[in-house]
Amino acid sequence: MRIRGIVLLAAAAVAALTACEREERRFREMPSAAGRRNTERLVTLVPGPYTPDVRVKNPYERNAFAISEGKRLFTWYNCVGCHANGGGGMGPPLMDDRWRYGSDPENIFATIVEGRPNGMPSFRGKIPEYQVWQLVAFVQSLSGNVPKDAASGRSDDMQARKQEQAVPDIKPEREPAPQP
Amino acid sequence: MTLLALLSGRGFQSALEPAGTHAARIARLWDIFLIVSVVVWVLVMIALLMAAFRRRRAQHDETAGATNTVSIATGITAVTLFALLVSSVLTGRSIVDKTAPGALQLIVTGHQWWWQVEYDDPQKSNRFQDANEITIPVGVPVNIQLRSSDVIHSFWVPNLNGKQDLIPGHDGTIQLLANKPGVYRGQCAEFCGLQHAKMSLWINAVTPDEYAKWLASSRQPSKIPSTPEQRIGQQVFMSSPCPLCHTIQGTDAGGKTAPDLTHFASRRSIAAATLPNRRGYLAGWIVDPQHLKPGSQMPPMLMKQGELEPLLAYLESLQ
Repeated sequence: MRIRGIVLLAAAAVAALTACEREERRFREMPSAAGRRNTERLVTLVPGPYTPDVRVKNPYERNAFAISEGKRLFTWYNCVGCHANGGGGMGPPLMDDRWRYGSDPENIFATIVEGRPNGMPSFRGKIPEYQVWQLVAFVQSLSGNVPKDAASGRSDDMQARKQEQAVPDIKPEREPAPQP
Repeated sequence: MTLLALLSGRGFQSALEPAGTHAARIARLWDIFLIVSVVVWVLVMIALLMAAFRRRRAQHDETAGATNTVSIATGITAVTLFALLVSSVLTGRSIVDKTAPGALQLIVTGHQWWWQVEYDDPQKSNRFQDANEITIPVGVPVNIQLRSSDVIHSFWVPNLNGKQDLIPGHDGTIQLLANKPGVYRGQCAEFCGLQHAKMSLWINAVTPDEYAKWLASSRQPSKIPSTPEQRIGQQVFMSSPCPLCHTIQGTDAGGKTAPDLTHFASRRSIAAATLPNRRGYLAGWIVDPQHLKPGSQMPPMLMKQGELEPLLAYLESLQ
């Protein structure tokens, strides 16, 4: 009876883990994810009756591998050159909750692909679209807009919230001697 | 002997066919160990057979004789092991001599999953980069500084020297001294991720004259496209994601995270010695690298009609 329970539990755990989007790793992107179009409109005026757009879902925001890939690309494509590691520099910080051009995934996608006035360059044609979505997922994670279990658990850079696997703060044992 | 013949069958990547001073010392050590081990094995087998076929004797003289034999055998074993230890230590010391004068300086950086090769020079304009291929002159000791940009790799060219790890944040060194011209294959010898098996490199050992010629041409920027097709190909390259990661000296492409393509067409392979550098393989690599090397950092390129052929023509012109 007991063994049967354990077997059932193990089977349930395996099923839960294999169904988990967090662990999924795709190297060859399917065309739907690779060729997803940006749907952001510049105006709300449309001919005929107004129909609200279906909200675009970032295919990667629950996927730990894609978020970590986005983190790598954030450095590789030199986003860190202006935004630092989210803290901002020449460009605005990305780890806060004030978003000049909206915080929805399609807004972030449009910002990367189309560029924004006053400095944000347009990466259209320069970054494959699935990688743009990976970057979007990472930028979302900077401000905590992705599930906690999918976001990177540790980072060598400044973060908005406390890192899960960070070492506890170590206080210096004594004050440094004052310099004469 | 059959096993030995199998092991040494592929001469361009074999520690048993040394082409360099260091590798020759390692091969000699291997020979010493092999001969000693064979002799020990034969003696042990003879002793075993003698023990098996010897007739039982009276109880008293057997114990006395056995004690003597055991102490003699233990003594011989200890002396043999110590002699092997000494020869191993001496060989180890002799292959890590990094102070040979007049040595060339190279910097090899391991990436997941390719090798970046920088040819150092006091004059900055003479420095240049290559990838997955090292050209060295015969008879000149080459000091290689080993770095890693991500995880631990290991640099191993069996025909020229032993292994040396590439540890992130800690520079290692290894010296190569080739004695005969040839092409030797090396590979990563420390498991470094999904495509560890496809992280190899070629060493071209050439005569000093050929090396001087090769050096002069490698220091030049890339060739300017000469045909209309190549010019279109260059435009395709520059307007695609390519220049965000790849460098082509003499153009605007200056990405630092992927192999330098300045003299791409003169390489014998692509994707870290995974595929021969021929048009069909190159086209497949550009369009769907994740099929050929899943997990590699090269993203698939969605090419429009009429873009791929000119791009291939341009890349093939980068001699």
